[in-house]
Amino acid sequence: MAAPAQRRIIFQHIDEPGYSNDLACYVRNGGYEVLKKSVTRPPAELIDEVKKSGLRGRGGAGFPCGVKWGLVDRKSGKPIYLIVNADESEPGTFKDRYIMHQDPHQLIEGTMISCFANNVKQAYIYIRGEMPHGARILERAIAEARAAGFVGKNICGTTYSCDIFVHRGAGAYICGEETGLIESLEGKRANPRIKPPYFPAVLGLYQCPTIVNNVETLCHVKYIAEHGGDAFTKIGTPNNTGTRIFCVSGHVQRPGYYEFEAGKITMGQLLNEVCGGPLPGRTFKAVIPGGSSAKILRFGERFKGKRKVGAEMVDYDWGVDDVPMDFDSLGMIGTMGGSGGVIVMDDTVNMVEALANINAFYSHESCGQCTPCREGSLWMKKITTRMVHGQARNEDAALLKSVADQIPGRTICAFGEACSWPTQSFIAKFGDEFKQYPETKKAAKPVGAHELV
Amino acid sequence: MNLKPATLHSIDEVITHYPVKRSATLPLLHLIQEDVGYLPPETCEWVAAKLELQPINVLEVITFYPMFRQKPIGRRHIKVCRTLSCALLGGYKTCEQFEKEFNTHRGEVSPGGEVTIDFVECLASCGTAPVVLIDDDLHEKVDCAKAKQLSDQIKAEAKKR
Repeated sequence: MAAPAQRRIIFQHIDEPGYSNDLACYVRNGGYEVLKKSVTRPPAELIDEVKKSGLRGRGGAGFPCGVKWGLVDRKSGKPIYLIVNADESEPGTFKDRYIMHQDPHQLIEGTMISCFANNVKQAYIYIRGEMPHGARILERAIAEARAAGFVGKNICGTTYSCDIFVHRGAGAYICGEETGLIESLEGKRANPRIKPPYFPAVLGLYQCPTIVNNVETLCHVKYIAEHGGDAFTKIGTPNNTGTRIFCVSGHVQRPGYYEFEAGKITMGQLLNEVCGGPLPGRTFKAVIPGGSSAKILRFGERFKGKRKVGAEMVDYDWGVDDVPMDFDSLGMIGTMGGSGGVIVMDDTVNMVEALANINAFYSHESCGQCTPCREGSLWMKKITTRMVHGQARNEDAALLKSVADQIPGRTICAFGEACSWPTQSFIAKFGDEFKQYPETKKAAKPVGAHELV
Repeated sequence: MNLKPATLHSIDEVITHYPVKRSATLPLLHLIQEDVGYLPPETCEWVAAKLELQPINVLEVITFYPMFRQKPIGRRHIKVCRTLSCALLGGYKTCEQFEKEFNTHRGEVSPGGEVTIDFVECLASCGTAPVVLIDDDLHEKVDCAKAKQLSDQIKAEAKKR
């Protein structure tokens, strides 16, 4: 079956010739009209539209945005803060970069609509430190919007006022975790907070109710405010509404970003048709579907079970190519849609070496607060690095698995899961490769194979 | 601390962005590092006094975040992405090419002080791997040939100085 056409809602103007990131260009293309209309509507109506839309957060967890907004404590009398999570750091994910660099006003408009809906008076954009140009572009865009009355005092001539400031991170992945981000914004180490009982919606920034939303999510809010929540549910599939931006990297002919209706495209269509298939003379071996912490899929494995289609339960029997790219389908087969970062590996890649690369990342990025994660991620890195550069033993796979199995569920934040899922899934799906590695090492590397660690 | 007037002005301005002064810790450290090139030992006391904190509150932040450095580096900072998508397309070779060009090793200042080369984790541009951040500028699809070309450019600019 041929792949559907792209449906570019958020990336409508990305890479468009002549489209620039200044206010004049944005306004020429109808920019800030939705904000002007939104500030004349009752805020509760906007929240209802977002709830109706079924919009799920695009940062990785896929938590419904309307539910998140519904949890905000509006009776405390304290100010409510909104933080834009622009700390895009999950390996394989590179969508927010293009929104912020090429279409910053779309983000600012979505942010201001969300702020108005939630009676927020101060918003912060937490952008990762390695995007200095992105931070400057956003600061200039906010200044332009402020001068035009779209940000700051008396927005669009109303009595509503709300400002936005840009806050730069400094190279720590854990700042993408929302409570780590809040700690960082408070000027501290980004050690995530214990939750439950209190979530940021009740006690967040400065112990005030706080909403943390991903860049892409807030852009979707702008679309929902314009077209309505019902219209949004008509895009995509039930429970996976709207579009998804897939960031494809690794061993395909045409890596890049592609926006499709959620659940309307399969992994096979995305990789083979949209991305042009494997490199010449190679075959696909494995794919990580939602950022490097998502569990890996092995080409050749099959997934069977029952799933809900409308009101009925039907059987499914999928290969990796057949899996629809949405939160629920990917969840059903034991992995996740996460942040939309699809990392493809072909037959030149040795899985021990690929895992060693991933483990080096997570051990570097563990905040160090919880012992299972701090020590476990380091041990997994040390074992896999030793396998590649030192002596590999037959029993290493079992050792790695035992370390990985002792981390999840024993840490304050989801990093414990994120760092153990790669090891658990690589060993479950490519166990033989780990056992054979002492022998594999002695043989010549496949042509075109790169050093990975 | 011997900071430029423009830096001092930016510092005073950025503190007003937050209802709690401590929030300005990261912005202040960025501004000082951009001005001085690194965070000299007196930074902790200076920032602490400015934000009404204890010096340890600042030191713990400096040591947590990878981008903050307490020692000077080369005039140019070459950060090569090490993470999976870049490594799959030759990121390690790219890094070695830079090391060869400047006769140095990762984490060290090159002879003559022109560059420091570092491996960094994912730079969020995986679709154009391998990527390299030179000072503030992202360079995409940096294979060995492009690494050589970028190195030549840096060397030519150094000669002009």
